[in-house]
Order: sequence, then structure tokens, then C-alpha cells
Amino acid sequence: MKHIFRCTLVVLTISLAVPAQAHRAWMLPSATVLSGESPWITVDAAVSNDLFYFEHVPLRLSGIGESAAKDEGRAPMPLHILAPDGSTLEGRNGKTGRYRTTFDVPLEQKGTYKLALANARIMATYTENGERVRWMGPIDQLHKNLPEAAEDLQVIQGSSRMEVFVTSGSPSDSVFVPTNRGLELSPVTHPNDLYAGETAEFRFTLDGQPAADVAVVVIPGGNRYRDALGEIRTMTDADGKVSITWPAAGMYWMEAQYDTAEGVTAPVTRRRASYSATLEVLAL
Amino acid sequence: MHKSLLVFCALAGGLATSLTSAAQLEIEVQIPRLQVAEYHRPYVALWLEQDDQHIADIAVWYDLRLADQEGEKWLKDLRQWWRRSGRGLEMPIDGLSAATRPPGTHRLQLDGAQAPLEKLEPGAYVLVIEAAREVGGRELLRLPFQWPPQQSLTSSALGNSELGRVRLSVSP
Repeated sequence: MKHIFRCTLVVLTISLAVPAQAHRAWMLPSATVLSGESPWITVDAAVSNDLFYFEHVPLRLSGIGESAAKDEGRAPMPLHILAPDGSTLEGRNGKTGRYRTTFDVPLEQKGTYKLALANARIMATYTENGERVRWMGPIDQLHKNLPEAAEDLQVIQGSSRMEVFVTSGSPSDSVFVPTNRGLELSPVTHPNDLYAGETAEFRFTLDGQPAADVAVVVIPGGNRYRDALGEIRTMTDADGKVSITWPAAGMYWMEAQYDTAEGVTAPVTRRRASYSATLEVLAL
Repeated sequence: MHKSLLVFCALAGGLATSLTSAAQLEIEVQIPRLQVAEYHRPYVALWLEQDDQHIADIAVWYDLRLADQEGEKWLKDLRQWWRRSGRGLEMPIDGLSAATRPPGTHRLQLDGAQAPLEKLEPGAYVLVIEAAREVGGRELLRLPFQWPPQQSLTSSALGNSELGRVRLSVSP
């Protein structure tokens, strides 16, 4: 009983995947196209309303600048940095401040690196004794944690992925091998080869299959200095593809969201998947 | 007997080359003298394009002298050159890399019988020149030309900021 109440309280402050309608979670690299021997980048990670401004909370990443304040309800997420040769590396000089987490990444290899945060959880909601209760956790723990008297059970299978791509020297595509879990990006246009006025093509997959009818939104950064949000809204086609024509150079935030009650297997009643990325578009 | 035959062939070969006098391409690049508090010589790249495709590099002027090849850090600021060619190269490259040039007019002469011109298929080409300056701006100019040239022609373009006059002269 006590356990459920504690879970409820904790659940109210933890987000499954930070929902786009409330805030946006993002990573912002200092650069995505680099030349020279062993350049470094520095990355900011934050949760905020506006892009790309730090005004809410830092994105807490495990092993990166964890401060004493980590018990504020958000569990740190593991950051995965994948090098061109398939090895992984750790962020360095990490620090979590009031509004952002910052860390550095040395790029010793030539090619494209991928920084990724991925999350997969089950969220179950049910009515017990007239109250709506929520539980989150891995699917194999679900039945243990559901009381007998659970009514109106809804089970949402959720996954989220956030990525940033950085290239030192010539771009490579080894980091685009999908995990086939959740919503993923298989770029047709390399994400570090984006230029203002040109059209990029991206392909999304859901659990390894082409993700059709996925809502994709692209928002240019710097919205503090203009009235209109300036978002580009589009949907993936039957092959999971979208085309984006970049209006101007700058940093962009892209989010793809998938939400359906169809084709799910019991006990899951709903499938939600999201993917977001920070993309840098250069001037021609 | 054998030796003199070889010598004769070499002479004949040499004579044949000089008779078919190769076409020439001459480029004049003016780097402007700028009145700024902190002046750095610009990074400059010159290359040939055809139908928006990179065909051949001609020259890249950047800070070669810095220790640990630190000058390479800013090559990406030559955005178009970096994208079309530079990022796939291991710098420095003999015959391509050179030090940055001071303000003034600089000449490059390309011989039609040598790389990169000797391998050019006949057609329309564009000479592209891109310049980027530390704590300054970036500029790109294009000069179209036909190869091989049927007659001597000179064309020029004038930059606004980081490049002055760039002159291209072709002669058959």
C-alpha cells in the first residue's frame, strides 16, 4: 500500500519520456562539423520550453557531473557515446548546474560520432478504490505490481530516443546501425551534411520496420528573438521517409512522435514512441 | 647503338611535347588590405568544379606552421571546400598546401600538360575560390570558363570583403 503511494508520488515527478507538450529535452553540441587533429566538442544538456535556452532544469545524465541534488525526482539517464569504429566513450569534465548539464567529448577518430539517450518503459494506470494510480517500470515487473482490484487498466509501452551526431573529418555511417527497438533514425541525407536551402531526407523505423504516418516536427532554434515558432510539420510516408527543406542556417530541433492503440499485444493497450535530435544546418 | 636509339627517342619525345604547346590557365588573386584591429591572413582554397561537382583542387593556403597541425582546426571554415573536398583529405598535401598569403596580388600558373588540367575532359568549368579570415568573414567567388580554350580570354570577379579582384586568364 505504502509502496504504491510512494510510487505514485515518485511517478508524478518523473517523466517517462519528457512529453513534448510540456517541455523539450535536448542536447546542444558546440559544433557538428570539425576539422583538424583530435578536436573536442562540448555539449549542453537541458530540459526547457524554448530552443535552445536554459531556463528550467538540467538533463541529468548518469556519470556526468552528478551533484548532491540528484534526488530531485528525475533519475539520471545513461548517455551512450558511440565512436566511428564502434567503441564507446565517456563524456569528460561533466558538471550539472542549475539549468544545464555540460560535458566535453574528445573526437580522436575521423568519422561520425553519435551521442544517444534511450529509454524504454511501461506505464500502467488503473483505478483502485476510486483513485487513479500510475506505475512505471519494466514489463516483466508489471503483474507483480498490479493489485487484484485494478480496474480500467491501461498499459502504455513507451520508448524515447534522443540523438546528436558529430563528424570529425569525413562523415561515416557506422553509427546509423539501428538497435531495432523503438523509433530510430536511418538518415538518407547525412545529419552532418545539412545546408540552408537544401532538402534533407530522413527515414524513421519503429522496431526495425519502416515507420509510416509518424508526426515529425522541426523547430529552428533562437525562438526568443522572433514571434512565430516557425515550426515545420510533416508526416512520414509509407516508407517512413520525410523531406525537410532548411529555411536558414542554424541549430534545429527535430522530434518524431508515434502514438497508437492498434497492433499492440496484451497486456499493452497503447504504444508510444518518440525520437528527437538536434541538427546543425550550415550556410552554403 | 642501343644507347643512341634511346637518346634519339627521348629527344623526339621532348620535341613533340614542345610543338603541341600546352594551354595555360593563369589565376590572379588579390587579398585585400584591411584596416582591422586584429588582422590574420585569410585561409584560401581554390578548386575546379563542373556541374556543381568538385573536379580538382588547385591550392589551399592555411596556417601550416603551427605546431601539432593546429592550423587544420579552421579548415572547416572554408565551408564549401571542406564539404566538397577537404574533409576527405589528409593535410598537408604536397603541391596543394601552402602558407597563407599576405595582402596583395598573388599569381598561380597552371600548365595544361600537367595535373590537374591535363586530365580535364573538354567542357564548361568553374574556378571557385573561397576565403575565410580569423575573427573576420568568409567569401566565395566563382569564375566560369571553357576548357580547352579556343582563344585567349580573361575574366574577373570582384569580392566584397575577404577577396579583392580575382582574375582568370586562359590561353590555348
